[in-house]
Amino acid sequence: MSKKILELQNIKRAFIMGTETVHALRGVSFDVMAGEFVTIMGSSGSGKTTLLNTLGCLDKPTEGVYMLDGVNVGGLSRDELARLRNRKIGFVFQSYNLLPRTSALENVELPLFYNSSVSYDERKQKAIKALEAVKLADRLDHTPNQLSGGQQQRVAIARALVNEPVMILADEATGNLDTRTSYEIMALMQELNQVQGKTIVFVTHEPDIAAFSTRTVMLRDGKVVRDTPNENIRSAKEALASLPHSDDY
Amino acid sequence: MNILNLIRIAFKALQRNKLRAFLTMLGVIIGVASVIAMVAIGQGSKQSIQTQLSSMGSNMITVLPSSNVAGGARLGGSSVQTLTIDDVKALQKQAANISFISPAAISSGQSIFGAFNWPTTIYGVSPSYLDIRQWELTDGIPFSEEDVRASAKVCLIGQTVVTNLFPNGESPIGKIIRFNNLPFQVIGTLAAKGQSSFGQDQDDVILAPYTTVQKRILATIYFRTIYASAINESASDAATDEITAILRKTHRLRNSDENDFQVRTMAELISALSSTSNLLTILLTAIAGISLVIGGIGIMNIMYVSVTERTREIGLRMSIGARGIDILMQFLIEAIMISITGGLIGVALGITSAKLITIFLSWPTLVSESSIILSFAVCAFTGVFFGYYPAQKASRLDPIEALRYE
Repeated sequence: MSKKILELQNIKRAFIMGTETVHALRGVSFDVMAGEFVTIMGSSGSGKTTLLNTLGCLDKPTEGVYMLDGVNVGGLSRDELARLRNRKIGFVFQSYNLLPRTSALENVELPLFYNSSVSYDERKQKAIKALEAVKLADRLDHTPNQLSGGQQQRVAIARALVNEPVMILADEATGNLDTRTSYEIMALMQELNQVQGKTIVFVTHEPDIAAFSTRTVMLRDGKVVRDTPNENIRSAKEALASLPHSDDY
Repeated sequence: MNILNLIRIAFKALQRNKLRAFLTMLGVIIGVASVIAMVAIGQGSKQSIQTQLSSMGSNMITVLPSSNVAGGARLGGSSVQTLTIDDVKALQKQAANISFISPAAISSGQSIFGAFNWPTTIYGVSPSYLDIRQWELTDGIPFSEEDVRASAKVCLIGQTVVTNLFPNGESPIGKIIRFNNLPFQVIGTLAAKGQSSFGQDQDDVILAPYTTVQKRILATIYFRTIYASAINESASDAATDEITAILRKTHRLRNSDENDFQVRTMAELISALSSTSNLLTILLTAIAGISLVIGGIGIMNIMYVSVTERTREIGLRMSIGARGIDILMQFLIEAIMISITGGLIGVALGITSAKLITIFLSWPTLVSESSIILSFAVCAFTGVFFGYYPAQKASRLDPIEALRYE
């Protein structure tokens, strides 16, 4: 079970801005095993976003080795990276990034369009299954503007799940949501992690959210300053139940 | 990533913004429709000009006896008689580029009806003469081949003759007039043709079977002229060569002999006709080109704006696994779909408006297949050409920046 999904060895990333070189990552090393729920924390400027782009195969490190599910990302071309993103990674963004005026079902189907091994019928079935997994089976035909923020984010999670990726990569996925909805999303994430054994890497700056994960990696100035397993995992379901009922606004 | 998926993606993307897709299409629609309608009007006018020029006899060919030398002095044309009915029959049988042929035996004289008389010219011709001159009858019937065989004393009279012999407005049909004391029954009246381009009154004429005129008036076996019409203007030159060859044979001329006849065409009219139609074609092609380029620029413009507006969408698509080529193809297919759909609508609209122009403005129009095919091909080409640059721009976006684009 404990297969290495991510393996980072001394990852460095430098940007050249005019005459100056900015070192966003100065040697990051850690591994993520299958079935882990890792939060990556850090204040702004800590290199969080750069690390996320690297993990998401949107960017390549200047130095160091990044292995994703046994594939060395460093030597891949643009098109190979795209293929890797399609097959191995499910992105969940802060701002959902759903296509406007497009039904939930079609939004979820989208990644499968870029996977030619999936047939037309399979595509629809998989999308429905993914939407069922996020409890939106009754909203297949709704467009994003007919859905609440939490529901939109759940559609986005379904879209991340549909290609059966090895890892879900969430970027401040609760950043645009209120506390209650955030907890709902986290409860869903926990369920995906615990019940379905999905590996999740969750980038956030809220310590509150980090408490739901199994492990926290803390970044500062482009370096890992703390990497600790979470001894006391909080259940998002219980947290949700403990919220006062009058908390609607 | 197969092409069917790409087409679906592009189709859905267009569906998502129907108004924008339609507005983009509008340029193409108007471009194609105007090209088709313009060319239809042009072709229609060209055809009607052609018909009018033909009615003036632009495809008419005249065969005359040639000049001859008598005692060292060159005599003018028609000074000798060489053309006979055998020539006419040979031409009728052998010349492929001729649609109608008629001999003409011509005589001047005084026409008389009751108390009125008028000096005029009688043309002894065959029934085809009316086809060659594209001459209509206002009343009565034309004479027939039977009348020709029988040397019947029947005639058709021109409007000038009608006015001068029947000034009181009674119908000339069935009346007996006299020409050089020979009685003719009037069986039809000719439509007014007015003056010829040489200032000659074309209506001052009596038409009768050539046999009647030859035997009863002129007492000759020769014709003054043979009239023929080429199957169309462009066949005039071929017909001329054909006639020359045939007549040389029937006249048994040796290779060293000069022609004892001359063949004349309406070269001036023909060149006027072709220069008119060429001018129209050039004009319309220019309009066609301009409107299609404008349509194409419309596509490029909207596609360009669309790429900017959809930067986040592009970023998202890339993050979930779209390659550069997928994005490029998507935008290119969108552009092609817009231009082809717009092209189809434009073709329909163009044909419809050409028909409406004919119905409401009664301008002659002729929708030509080549204009449909050409404008459609050009609009598909502009779709690719003008869609490529924005599509390429989209495909080269950096996914990280595109995702964060506000």
